[in-house]
Order: sequence, then structure tokens, then C-alpha cells
Amino acid sequence: MTPSYKRVIFGSFCAVFAVYSAYVWTAGTDIPQNRSPGHQVKAGLALFQEKNCIACHQLYGLGGHMGPDLTNVVSAEGKGPDYARTFIENGTSKMPNFNFNETQVAALVQFLGFVDSSGTYPPKNPEITWYGTVAYGASKNTE
Amino acid sequence: MEQSPTEPARTPNDVGLWFMLLGLLALAASLLFGVLGAFKFLYPEFLEELAFNKLRPLHVSLAVSWIFLTAIGGIYYYLPNFSNLSSFSNRIARWHFWIYLVTGLTILGAYALGKFGGREYWEFPPILALPIFLTWIMFGVNYFTIAVKRRTAWPLYYWMWGTGIVFFFLTFTESYLWLIPYFRENMLREIAVQWKSYGSLVGSWNMLVYGTALYLMEKISDDEGVARSKMAFGLYFLGLFNLMFGWAHHTYPVPFAAWVRDFAYVVSMTELFLLGKIMWDWRVSLSTRQKFQHRRPYRFLFASDMWVFINLILALVISVPALNLFTHGTHVIVAHTMGTTIGINTMILLASVFYVLEQRVGQDVEIRHAQPISIGFWLANGSLLIFLAALVAAGLIKGTYESDSFQDMMETIEPYLLVFAVAGVGLMVGFWLLILSAISHMRGLVFSLQSDDCPSSKQLGRLSLFDN
Repeated sequence: MTPSYKRVIFGSFCAVFAVYSAYVWTAGTDIPQNRSPGHQVKAGLALFQEKNCIACHQLYGLGGHMGPDLTNVVSAEGKGPDYARTFIENGTSKMPNFNFNETQVAALVQFLGFVDSSGTYPPKNPEITWYGTVAYGASKNTE
Repeated sequence: MEQSPTEPARTPNDVGLWFMLLGLLALAASLLFGVLGAFKFLYPEFLEELAFNKLRPLHVSLAVSWIFLTAIGGIYYYLPNFSNLSSFSNRIARWHFWIYLVTGLTILGAYALGKFGGREYWEFPPILALPIFLTWIMFGVNYFTIAVKRRTAWPLYYWMWGTGIVFFFLTFTESYLWLIPYFRENMLREIAVQWKSYGSLVGSWNMLVYGTALYLMEKISDDEGVARSKMAFGLYFLGLFNLMFGWAHHTYPVPFAAWVRDFAYVVSMTELFLLGKIMWDWRVSLSTRQKFQHRRPYRFLFASDMWVFINLILALVISVPALNLFTHGTHVIVAHTMGTTIGINTMILLASVFYVLEQRVGQDVEIRHAQPISIGFWLANGSLLIFLAALVAAGLIKGTYESDSFQDMMETIEPYLLVFAVAGVGLMVGFWLLILSAISHMRGLVFSLQSDDCPSSKQLGRLSLFDN
């Protein structure tokens, strides 16, 4: 393989990567949202990051393993906003009490509601094909 | 004029050793925080003042630092042996070191004070990304200034190191796109871009590490063909293809466009070729082992080969969407991450450290530390096997657990996590033995405290990071 060949292959890869990235950033993730983030949701997201909640919790199965996945905690059967609020306000034997004030608690619950509206995790009724792909079925953002 | 590949440069270019020494310290600390985190996971009342949301970033950031520092240190150390030093800026390299050190300490301080940015891998406040950007610009300037001076065709490891630097910079930038409202305010786009950048980011540091492995293989075997063959370049482009497009297996269940995951599935399956290649080369690899097993760095490289094989199988399992259904969000993913970070990257980087020591202090490492190194090597590798098996078992139970109760599931997997934590102690002790042996020599080289047993160090004279 001559150096010029290698440069051409490398350059071609980079060009395709640039197009692919732009496509993922736009069309590939141009997902309709059931709601837009308001002021409280943004404040909740900021708190979620400041307290590094993702070290213990997951969203869509991504994050830490010490606590449960929070994607649909505010809509799951037997749970809901008040259930989430209780944990946020008091902590547990595994989760510290961060001493949030009422505004902060409300912001975090709003943020979790925003996450919940973006989709469903784990996916309901996934259909597996013989060649290994999965049709994930209806999700909150597509219903 | 290029220097002999085997002869250390006769000017103070040992800033690479500073990076390596700091990297070893980062690894030692990362292992400690990892073990504390594992026990904290099981017994939350343990060390109440150090919450898990602090322990995890301390462990992760120090582990990532170990990889970067030691890979960068190796490149800073090896490159001047090949190139005209007049184009190599020690001043920039030293600034690179000090900015990295001060930024790193600031990040650790931020974690200790509970100041987070809350992003996986980059848990520090985003403002601290700026000096990190700066250090990569400095490293890139230094690297490419040297590399372009080389008149003959680049060996593959030059390509890999250059690719690692460029793509780290690009993907690190991409990982901060969330600061722009267009990305942040769409939950799914935010997740997609975050994990797209992380997938490529890991690929970019793997380029730095695997480039180092290739460099070492060439030097140990004294065979330049290793880093110049068509097959080697073919595998490099396959790796680059996966670096760019093979990220979405991290996010299969996230409900964005289906073509993103279908494409990633196809891309990931190209790694089957790598698996086949490894199995095809197995016999050659074994005969090479017999030839070079007396060389300490080679033993680390051979160990990394074994872990490549195991982790590639895990990676392929994770990449099949039908199997990913049962592994996503479980400890199987942790096993894959730990397996690649410890089994592959750490073994290669330790090979690099011991290769440098072998070059600089000869057989003194073996004479003084043969036993702790051997015990450390086997303890670390044996513990890692148990460690990964426990994680995979816990992950599979979690992934197939019927009940919705998180508490019940955690109680079921607790025995496996206890095995994981105890194996973690073995891993830490094993690596500490290796680290202590390496540091005892590295420290002497860096601070020029070696006596007659280190002639090259004496020839080089005292290294001062404050000199131009």
C-alpha cells in the first residue's frame, strides 16, 4: 500500500464520517418530543448533573448500577411523581439525602417527567428477527 | 538526520518519563478508589463521608488519566529516538505536562468537594475541559511537527498515534456539543450525540495504545515488517471504520432512527474478521511467545492478546441487538469496559513502561524485582479473570430477571458482586506490586538519583522540567 493510497483511503473515511456525523446530529435524531423543556426542566437537568446522579442511576440503561433506571420512574405502575419525590427528598440507605429545597425537588421531578415523555425503557414487546435485529415496538415518543 | 531507533536521544527528552511516572501513580490511585467503590456498592454505610457519586468519578477519571498519561508518555519518549530533535519542543511538552497535572489535581479537588459536570467519563465541571483541549493541541503540534519530518514512509504506529490525537480532539469536542441548546433540549439527540462521541473517543485512545503495542512488537521482534504490511494497514482501516461508525451498540434500546442501530450492527460485525484473524494467528503467536517469553514487556503484550480475544467475544455479543436486549444496562457492559481497560490497555501500557525500563536500566529491574513482578503479573491476571466472570454472571442475572423489583434483583446478584469486590482487591494488590517495582526505577530515572547502575541516565544528566 503506497503512502498516497493510504492518504486517499484515510481522507475518504474522514469525508464519509463528516457526512455521517452531520446526518446523525440532524435527521438521525430528529425525534418528535411530546414536550419541550421549560425552565423547571432545565433547572432539574442542571441539578441532575451537578449532583452526578448518573454515577448511580441510569437513563435508558446508560449510567451507574447502584440505583434503579429512572427513564420511566414517574409513569411506571406503582410509582409516579410522588414516589420519585419521596426518594429525592429523603434519600435511602444507599442514596444520600442531598437536602434539596422544595423548588429543587420540583425541578428534578419535572426533569424526570421530561425524560419519561421522550420514550420507553426497557422497550415493550421487542420482536427478534432470525438475523439478530430487534424491532423495539411502540415507544412514548412515537405513540 | 534520524537517529538510531535503539539508541536513546542524547538531549533531555525525558519528559515522557514524567508522564509515565504520573500515569503509574494515577493507576495506583484509581485501583484504590475502584476497590473502595466496589465495597461501597455492597455496603453503603462503609466510608459514609465518601459517597459513591464521588468514588466513581475518582476511579474513572484516574483510570482514563493512566491510559492517556502513559500512552502520551510513551510517544513523547519513543518519538525523539527516530526524529531530528531540533523540531521537537521540550518546552511545549513540559507545559503540556504541567497543565495536565494542575488540571488533573483541580478535577480531583472538584470531585472531593462534590462539584460535578455530571457526564459519564467527564464528570468534572465543563470549564475544566478547556485546559484539556489546550494540552491536546500542544501534543498534536509536537507530534505532527516530528512526524512530518520523517522522510521515509510512516510505519503503521505513526498513523495510529496521529489518528488517535486527531480523533480525540474531534470526539472530545463532540462530547461537549450538549452545551448547545439544539442538542441539550432534545433528550434523545443528547443521548445519541453523547454516546456517539464516547464510542469514538474510546476508539481514539485505543489507537494511541494499540499504536504503542505495535511499536513494542516491532522493537522486541526486531522485525520492521510488523508495522508495514498490507494486512496490518488493512486491520488499521477496519479499526478506524469501527471507531467512526461502530458506536450505536451502546444505545440500541434508545428510540431514535432505526437505521442508526442497524448500520452499527453491520459495522460491529466486521469485527468478526478480527476475531478470525486472531484465531488464525494463534499458532504463530504461540511460537513467537516461545521465542520472546524471556522478555518482560513481551509477557505483558502476550497477556493483552489473551484479553483481546475474550473481550472481542464479549463485544460481539453486546453488538448483536437480540443479545443486547439481555445485556444492555447490566454488569456485562461493565465487564466489557473493565476487560478492555484493564486486560488490554493496561497490559499494553505496562509493557511500554517495562520496555522503557529495560532500555534504560537493563536487567536491573529483573535482578531487583523479578519476584514481585511475577507475583503481581499472575495475581493481576488471575484476579481479572474471576473479576470479569463475576460481573458477567451478575449482568446476565440482571438482564434476565423477571421481577420489576430493583431491590430483589440487587439482593440476588449480591454474592456475585462480593466475589467481584474481593477479586478487585487481588487485582489492586497485583497491580500495586507491578507499579511499585516500576516506580522504584522510574523515579530514579526521572529525578536522576540512579547511581552507576544507570549509565544512560547519567549520560543524559539531570532532567529539569524547568529548563528550556
